[in-house]
Amino acid sequence: MQTLANSTSGTISTAAELQSVSRLYGSFAALRNVSATFESGTCTVILGENGAGKSTLLRVLAGLIAPTRGTATVFSHPPQQQRGRVAYMSHSPMLYDELTAMENLDYFASLQSSSCNCVGSPEMALRAVGLDPKLSRPVGQYSQGMRQRTSLARVLQADPELLLLDEPFSNLDVASAGHMVELLSDFRTWPAPHGGSRTIILTTHQHRLAEPLADRTMTMQHGQIISEPAA
Amino acid sequence: MKYIQHVLSHLRKDLRLEWRSRDSINGMLFFALLIVAVFSLAFDPTGYPTTARQISGGVIWVAILFASVTALNQSWTREQRNQVLDAQRMAPSPASALFLGKALANLLFVMAVEVVLAPIFIIFYNLHPLGNTWLLALVMPLGTWALVVNGTFFAALGLRTRNRELLLPLLLLPVSLPALLAMVQATTGILTGDLDPIQINLWIRQLGAYDVIFTTICILLFETILHAE
Amino acid sequence: MAQRTQLIRNAAWLWFTATLVVMAIAFRQAIFLAPTEATMGDVQRIFYYHVPFAIFGLVFPYVNLLASLAYLYFRSRNPLSALTADALALASAEVTVLYTSVGLMTGMLWAKPVWGIWWTWDARLTTYFILWLLYVSYLLTRRFTSAGSASGQTSALAAVLSIFAAVDVPIVYMSIRWWRTQHPSPVFGGGADSGLDPSLYPAFLWNVAGWAMWGIFILLFRFALERRRQIAEQEAALRTI
Repeated sequence: MQTLANSTSGTISTAAELQSVSRLYGSFAALRNVSATFESGTCTVILGENGAGKSTLLRVLAGLIAPTRGTATVFSHPPQQQRGRVAYMSHSPMLYDELTAMENLDYFASLQSSSCNCVGSPEMALRAVGLDPKLSRPVGQYSQGMRQRTSLARVLQADPELLLLDEPFSNLDVASAGHMVELLSDFRTWPAPHGGSRTIILTTHQHRLAEPLADRTMTMQHGQIISEPAA
Repeated sequence: MKYIQHVLSHLRKDLRLEWRSRDSINGMLFFALLIVAVFSLAFDPTGYPTTARQISGGVIWVAILFASVTALNQSWTREQRNQVLDAQRMAPSPASALFLGKALANLLFVMAVEVVLAPIFIIFYNLHPLGNTWLLALVMPLGTWALVVNGTFFAALGLRTRNRELLLPLLLLPVSLPALLAMVQATTGILTGDLDPIQINLWIRQLGAYDVIFTTICILLFETILHAE
Repeated sequence: MAQRTQLIRNAAWLWFTATLVVMAIAFRQAIFLAPTEATMGDVQRIFYYHVPFAIFGLVFPYVNLLASLAYLYFRSRNPLSALTADALALASAEVTVLYTSVGLMTGMLWAKPVWGIWWTWDARLTTYFILWLLYVSYLLTRRFTSAGSASGQTSALAAVLSIFAAVDVPIVYMSIRWWRTQHPSPVFGGGADSGLDPSLYPAFLWNVAGWAMWGIFILLFRFALERRRQIAEQEAALRTI
């Protein structure tokens, strides 16, 4: 599966890499000496209990926090220099409660630097996740599931090559979660800019849901990757 | 050009958020009114018009300073809710554009408060200005920007700290002192009319220089504090 | 390594002893040997303490600024050098607060009998007071940010503040000077040490030397302490990893 994904993009390349990364909060080690490689074009599912370090790992790759020790690279550069190619969705919606979905998405679209490598306009992104762009209610009044889908639309419209998803299914019922999985597998087939391919790293504790997506599954515990079955 | 567009879209977003909630403007206005009322109890301005002219420059700026401090923290709390700040930090647009957009939005909010406050203030303090009042149209924006640009910066600096409500005035007041001096002197000079126009001019220019210097530093250093985590 | 530590320890003891000796001489010069000043009387002897503290209260902020700039420069390039710079920044900020506090207090004690007032808002005093305020808020910021989170945040925010302080202090000085020159001149004119009588020089210079040595000693002592804390923290971190 993994080799298949790589052969379609031509060359074997690395989307993201962690080299003995540790991250401390005070004296608490959220990540301990984690090394991992994420090949481009693959989907990696990270399993683990709460507090296992999954979110910290994603935030390091997103460039939101710096590792205390070790190095993290995204497309062979420090993550901070790859803004625009990476999108990150956390379990918090990262949207303004007072604005409608469309206003939120328009705003975030305007912050993208290059005039458009965007696959979709905000409207298309919202339609793709099954929301009505003309909805005039502010996001604060949405249900959890709708917020989650708006949040997904926010990251998809940025047309990322590397998509980091932190617990994307946490507030969704089974049907919506299934819909989201379909969307994500669809997203992987979209043509990517620079002739690259789409890479997804997602964390979840609902193993079943993510199974159809996963090229690779790893499990984290106490800030370490404890199992990494061969693909 | 692209940079200005980014600044404008941040500004538009902040204005829209405030328009929908109206938290900061209402809070600021009420707070400033309270300060004006308390000072008028202490000095009885209607009985002594000369004293009123002499102190009102100081009173109005103190009221604006404290009122804007209450709003500045809120302007970043908004970004923290739902972790939107993370999305901002991930966005490819430059960090200083976010800062400038927010500082401009705060400037507009505080100016709106000033526009409402000014007539009330004149009535309450029975004020008959004796100098060139039109010069206030220059002093007010320059002085407000001096408070708001540093205030927005320090509010962002204190964003992830404990006691950030306490920290903001602690940082803002000492740094703003030269600006406060200039704007109080200029305003008092304009109201009393007994300060040489050349000196008023000097204070205004000093305020302008202060604005330029600190706006530059804030823009240069904002990225460091936004990503300090 | 152990040899080097021993060497540093010996040097520190030597420096400390020398400081005490110089301070003893300075005390004798200032209190017993220097002639009593004609107009102010014995009160003037506080000058030998006030001026050295006031001078070095203005020197240590520069150490702080340089260390902060070094921190910002090394932050992404060399984290270990950055940590050292940060320790120096913290140490110099604390010594700054100490020296400016003593400078302000001795100044007030001197002002009351001589000028008849404790305080006046002239350029020099106001600037000095603002400097003190800025460094107190600098230390408070460090304290408020350090809890629980990673220490990188504290250092970066503090370094930014140090730059603000460095820019603000000259502006405060200039603006108050412009303000005050428009008003009748305040109680006193030129600098305190303008036209110092030659007979007062030995006491003054011995005190300058003594308090400079003392300041450097506590600065380096605090720096070493902070380095130790950092190293202990790193070791604890390594153990958890």
